[in-house]
Amino acid sequence: MDALLFLIFAAIAVGCGISVVVQRHPITSAISLIGVMGALAVLYLLLGAEFLAAVQVVVYAGAIMVLFIFVIMLLNAGVEAPGGVSWPVRLLGLPLLVVLVGLLSFLIHRSFAGGEEVRFGAFTQGGPRQIGRLLFTDYLLPFEVTSVLILIAILGAVVLARKEID
Amino acid sequence: MNFFVLSLLKAAIVISVLMVSLLYLQWVERKVIAHIQLRMGPYRVGPHGLLQPFADVLKLLTKEGFIPSHVNLFFYLLAPFLAVSLALISIVVIPFGPEIELFGVRTSMQLTDLNIGILFILAVSSLSVYAVTFAGWASNNKYSLLGGLRSAAQMISYELPLALSLAAPLVAAGTLSLREIVLAQQGASLGVLPNWMIFQLPAPQLVGFLVFLIAAFAETNRIPFDLPEAENELVAGFHTEYSSLKFASFFMAEYANMITMTAITTTVFLGGWLPPFPERYGSNWVPAAVFALLGAVAVYYARQAPRPKDRFTLPWVGLALFLVAGIFLIPALHPLLVPPFWFLAKAGSLMFLFIWVRGTLPRFRYDQLMQFAWKFMFPVALANLFATALLVALFPR
Repeated sequence: MDALLFLIFAAIAVGCGISVVVQRHPITSAISLIGVMGALAVLYLLLGAEFLAAVQVVVYAGAIMVLFIFVIMLLNAGVEAPGGVSWPVRLLGLPLLVVLVGLLSFLIHRSFAGGEEVRFGAFTQGGPRQIGRLLFTDYLLPFEVTSVLILIAILGAVVLARKEID
Repeated sequence: MNFFVLSLLKAAIVISVLMVSLLYLQWVERKVIAHIQLRMGPYRVGPHGLLQPFADVLKLLTKEGFIPSHVNLFFYLLAPFLAVSLALISIVVIPFGPEIELFGVRTSMQLTDLNIGILFILAVSSLSVYAVTFAGWASNNKYSLLGGLRSAAQMISYELPLALSLAAPLVAAGTLSLREIVLAQQGASLGVLPNWMIFQLPAPQLVGFLVFLIAAFAETNRIPFDLPEAENELVAGFHTEYSSLKFASFFMAEYANMITMTAITTTVFLGGWLPPFPERYGSNWVPAAVFALLGAVAVYYARQAPRPKDRFTLPWVGLALFLVAGIFLIPALHPLLVPPFWFLAKAGSLMFLFIWVRGTLPRFRYDQLMQFAWKFMFPVALANLFATALLVALFPR
């Protein structure tokens, strides 16, 4: 049952991920991205990280993607014109993709060779209490540094978007 | 009993109650608004317009489902479906009563007790903005698009104070499960004051309650925050191009969202199914008294009703209310009936408040709406959260 659910939602995630790249219309791409996030949330849920799953939906699907779609609609971006594909891309695209995927899977397999197999439902440390404790003890510095980084990004966006005053 | 049979039974009860209240909430709203504006409201279909909702549904069902030629068909059809399904799904985590034992079966009066219940509701409500946005965009109409954009901006802005004001009671209760939040509000402080979140020491959530209520008005797109469908500017906003059943879906979603919001407010801030004063002072007999009083009013009013028909029917209504009061008098049925009564009474009062505000307040201007969200609601909610966290840390229970 768990393996079946994992396969279904992993397939949905991958399919939506491909769709993000393939779709010509920005809105449809954005919807596909929402699909990826929803499928990932279900995978987190299967792993027992219920808090993370809910936060994934609230933050990514519910807030960030809404902003994406808002901007796409505001700019009224139309269908992307199919650009010409150069001949090296036609020739080498697929082989290079296969090589990349092969290398990635090889690396992942190498680095997690000794790890035990994931058993669905065995992990119970995904509650808000545990995550909060980890964020404020072990990962306090990365957490705070990330928030400062985001603040800097916001400031940068404001500076870049501001009209020049002469 | 079998888990699935039990779940199906509970789901059937909840869905039928929800659907009937969806139908009649609209009737109640029209009647209340009408009386606020010194009108009669629906009066023709059935006595006092009581069959009006059915007539409306029938009309919307049989009307031609016209699809304009210039729409983006997939998203145009997805939007109403998304709206109504997301609006109806939140009800599964709302607790209507405590755990009860009936015919030897123990079950809680709740469809499912998720331990992240409140986050589930936030997730669903944050997704529901897509319905309105897609509807506005896919209609390919400038008024619809403006309505959809306004709605997206408004709902993102008001989701922040909504979530922050909701976080403060969660800090006080120390849990995310809605059932445990209600259980954390048991008892009374200072003898009589109920231990509900809005009164609970050490951090009363009165400010949080008001912020949440205002943000809930904005999230459900109701007056004074109904900019996405402001008639005099945008025709009908995001649902301008929708007709028949697709329009009905948006309409239903609006009322379902209203029910969800009142249910959450009741659960988190107003003590859910808990009575306003302890059982030992006789709170179990209040429902019977309320229904008996209503019955007495009906019988008394029947003698001087202006319509001759009412002089005949109102005594029967009074008799029915007396019968309900009689059922509430049976002590054996108290654990089954009294908690849902308190829950529905609180949620119903809040729904009346929603309607009352609609009959009272004018609409915001768009810039006022945004300023209000970011410059007032957000700081207040943040300050409330900090104060609550400080008080809870200083005076642990």
